[in-house]
Amino acid sequence: MNLTRRQMLCASVGAAAAGVFGFSLSASATPEATAESIKNFAGGKEPAMGGDLTLTTPEIAENGNTVPIEVSVASPMTDDDYVESVVIYAEGNPNPDVAVFHFTPMSGAAEAKTRMRLAKTQNVVAVAKTSKGQVFMDKKEVKVTIGGCGG
Amino acid sequence: MDNIKPRVKVPKSASAGEIITIKTLINHPMESGLRKGKDGNLIPRQIINKFTCEFNGKPVFSCELEPAISANPYIEFSAKVNEAGTFKFSWLDDDGSVYETENKIAIK
Repeated sequence: MNLTRRQMLCASVGAAAAGVFGFSLSASATPEATAESIKNFAGGKEPAMGGDLTLTTPEIAENGNTVPIEVSVASPMTDDDYVESVVIYAEGNPNPDVAVFHFTPMSGAAEAKTRMRLAKTQNVVAVAKTSKGQVFMDKKEVKVTIGGCGG
Repeated sequence: MDNIKPRVKVPKSASAGEIITIKTLINHPMESGLRKGKDGNLIPRQIINKFTCEFNGKPVFSCELEPAISANPYIEFSAKVNEAGTFKFSWLDDDGSVYETENKIAIK
């Protein structure tokens, strides 16, 4: 085989991506499973869409292996009114759970950033629960470009 | 595991009542348990499953991580500083190890 530098590079990137996304071949979570988890987290309440919760994601993630996400909830964060927890779900991952952030009044602001893995193009859902029992939800679609070589 | 080094960025000082941003990073493969090795067998899961931050012994922020968090987990959050003291950070590994680090902060 006589590969050019460019072909070689493409092949190796493709192979690396295949390894990274190997788990995308296994059974993936369904939006129903995510809805079930949200119901359990919200304690039977219907989460209010949008509201004080903002989930920030890139529109297109070139590399599904590190997708930066940010959640922030507008809250006074006082002892009797603060955001207790924010949970993140990825509807199309093999396991929809991503992370649960727990805040306290000492957090000052209910904001957190991290980097997550996405197996394919899908919705990312964030649900927040306050100490007063309010539940907010936000949903964003992230397009994931799997594999290198513009595929 | 060896060679795990947590890194944390906390301002050296803050004014009383100020909300500061804390950035943390730890090098860890976050092996999801869904990936296959060269021999075709699944590589066992090994991730950081919990991160906590305390200030003078009181909880400030914590988070539970799942395999869907990227390798070398990066977490950024905020904290309200009312007094001088010490932030204590800990990461819990699936294998039972705990990686810890501390940072002091002064009041301007």
